[in-house]
Amino acid sequence: MKSKWWLIALVFCLVVAFFAPLASSSPDGLERVAEDVGFMELAQEAPFSLIADYVFPGLENEALATILAGIVGTLILFGIAYALAWLLVSRRRETV
Amino acid sequence: MHIPDGFLNIATVATTYAVSAGGVGNAVRIANKKLGEKQVPLMGVLAAFIFAAQMLNFPIAGGTSGHLIGAALAAILLGPWAAVLIMSCVLIAQSLIFQDGGLLALGANIFNMGIIASFSGYYIYRLVTWLLGNDRRGKLAGGAIGAWGSVFLASIVCAIELAVSGASPIGVVLPAMAGFHALIGIGEGLITAAVLSLVLATRADLMQLQRI
Repeated sequence: MKSKWWLIALVFCLVVAFFAPLASSSPDGLERVAEDVGFMELAQEAPFSLIADYVFPGLENEALATILAGIVGTLILFGIAYALAWLLVSRRRETV
Repeated sequence: MHIPDGFLNIATVATTYAVSAGGVGNAVRIANKKLGEKQVPLMGVLAAFIFAAQMLNFPIAGGTSGHLIGAALAAILLGPWAAVLIMSCVLIAQSLIFQDGGLLALGANIFNMGIIASFSGYYIYRLVTWLLGNDRRGKLAGGAIGAWGSVFLASIVCAIELAVSGASPIGVVLPAMAGFHALIGIGEGLITAAVLSLVLATRADLMQLQRI
């Protein structure tokens, strides 16, 4: 059966997350424009922080903290989107 | 292109929240009618992939980086309304858990990278596959061009929001945003075509699902 293809795909996504420490740390397009044009100072800090800037808190090794943040996020997103889609499909008959 | 809090004024925050709430509500209604069981795991995998791939900033010219948005990819595989749902999941989680993208700016970020990018990417893809033919070559070209267009158009809408909010004059911020994102969009196009090519080689049937 090919029915568990998505498990392989999910592992592929987790492998992608492992490469996160290699990402460019240069400002992204919007940040660069905000710096060049001069409205970066308008930016406000978030009122709270959980895994801010994709660095898992409390770990010495920043590469490891980034990978962990990536893995946690990848699994959370799989779970949320799968659950949402499952709810939308399974509740169809009740709402008609 | 995640807008932090502080860049947008209250009127823009309120307007984009209202429009995005309406868009997401409509996406939920349509997905509730049309989403099939086969698409459930694909929704999860695409959200997971888009989150992971968005962490991988690639360098473009001049000490600047960009990363995948992923809306065009999701829209090509599942349809634009399903892509709006996937992008909303990703953007809400990034804002709440990873402090990437402001809480007040969330409506604008969903509008730009969810709604605008999904629909523009999807319809450009449809146009290109209609012009070039819906074979492998047409699909890959459509994916690349649609992905590029989705980033380019989202950055223009983002620039308009910044200008309307008074962060910067439109004549300055629009060419700057469009210029950098014309380059970032090339990366988006290459990644999107690569993933579509992988899907066509391994699970071509996923390209045949009904689009939502």
